Amino acid sequence: MTYGVLAVSKPGCHIFSGCGFPAPGAEIFQFDAIFTFSIGSLEFNVSKVTVLLFLAVVVILGFFGYAFRKPKLVPRGAQSVGEIGYIFIRDGIVKETIGKGGEKFIPFLFTFFFMVWLLNFWGIVPGAQLPVTSIFAIPVAFAVIVYLLWVPLGIYTQGPIGFFKNIMFPPGVPKAMYVLLTPIELVSNLIVRPFTHAVRLFANMFAGHLLIATFSVATFYLLSFTVVGLIGTAASFTMTILLTAFEAFIQGLQAYIFTLLAAVYIGSALHAEH
Amino acid sequence: MNVLTSLLAAGGESGEEMPSVLAVPLDEFIIGLIAFLIVFGGLAKFALPKIKETLDERANLIEGGLERAGAAEAEAAALLDEYRAQLAGAREEASAIRTQAQADRSAIIEEARNEARGAAAAVTAAAEASMSAERAQAISSLTKQVGELAITLADKIVGEALSDDTRVQATVNSFIADLEGQAAR
Repeated sequence: MTYGVLAVSKPGCHIFSGCGFPAPGAEIFQFDAIFTFSIGSLEFNVSKVTVLLFLAVVVILGFFGYAFRKPKLVPRGAQSVGEIGYIFIRDGIVKETIGKGGEKFIPFLFTFFFMVWLLNFWGIVPGAQLPVTSIFAIPVAFAVIVYLLWVPLGIYTQGPIGFFKNIMFPPGVPKAMYVLLTPIELVSNLIVRPFTHAVRLFANMFAGHLLIATFSVATFYLLSFTVVGLIGTAASFTMTILLTAFEAFIQGLQAYIFTLLAAVYIGSALHAEH
Repeated sequence: MNVLTSLLAAGGESGEEMPSVLAVPLDEFIIGLIAFLIVFGGLAKFALPKIKETLDERANLIEGGLERAGAAEAEAAALLDEYRAQLAGAREEASAIRTQAQADRSAIIEEARNEARGAAAAVTAAAEASMSAERAQAISSLTKQVGELAITLADKIVGEALSDDTRVQATVNSFIADLEGQAAR
């Protein structure tokens, strides 16, 4: 079975050819392995996802490595651009959200923001056209990293009892309410939180990519020299362009939200809420 | 196949054919972790410390510059105060010197005046003394000469040498005393 190939790419599937609308589905997120290798019993599939993932690694390390190779007091060129990124993370996310003691988490959050952003960005790069974060395993991996940072960090800074007390017994609530609130808080903070952290990013990128794919498919599917066909194609094409622009915005926004939430979690681990 | 059915197919019988989009294959998960760790390691170890250092240095420079400017300003203000104080001191000193000079001047003038007065008095006294001495001398020499003249005249008239006679001499003296008494009248 060949994944990642749209049904519509088979020639001849048009609106009046008796072919139903080949709505793109989950198969556009499935990719054949280019090659596989095994470490122990685990088989690694190197696919488009893997390639784009490591391309992002190279681009990020390459750009920031180049931009910050010999930083000058008076920045120019790439350094200026890189600095904007650094200052955005430092002032816009870390100082705002974590505050005191947040300085040492800048590299962590910096990495997240630019990794997620670039992986999202592949979705509208011609040739790549896959937001890698729409592959669920990737946001899950990232959310797990964040989870594995803030939970031990909270236990370390607040002590095991203080940490769980702060999570289970939020202050400023009538005592009787804890019967209801404690299980909810426990589940919401320790179980739902990492899940929503991953799903929020994944679902946004997944849905956005699917929308663009659907309208792209529709553009070709409707393309015929009939009134319906021309209007439909033009409308679909316009939608594709608009959605691509919209996605460009969403990609940055989701990267920001993912990083901001990571900072919020770290902040909640560092500073008890009361 | 649309999204819904493929989502519903998660872990279902058709899962073999088409894995659920919510499936998390372990290899992709691990690769995701590794990719993050590589970027994090590279950035945290090499790129970001440098830029942090630079930004801190820049902030320090700006803060240091402001501090230095503040210090320079304070120093300038202190210097200005010092100069003002010095100037005020100098003015006071000058006025004191002027007052002193005025006092000195009056003293000097007074002294000179006194000195001149003294000198003048001395000169006057000396002149007076010498004048009275000369007068006395003149009187005595005139007395003598007039006496001799009178004797000579009487000698000629009487024809006798009376020059060494003490009685004649006494007569001459009383005559001259009468003359002086007439002159004084």
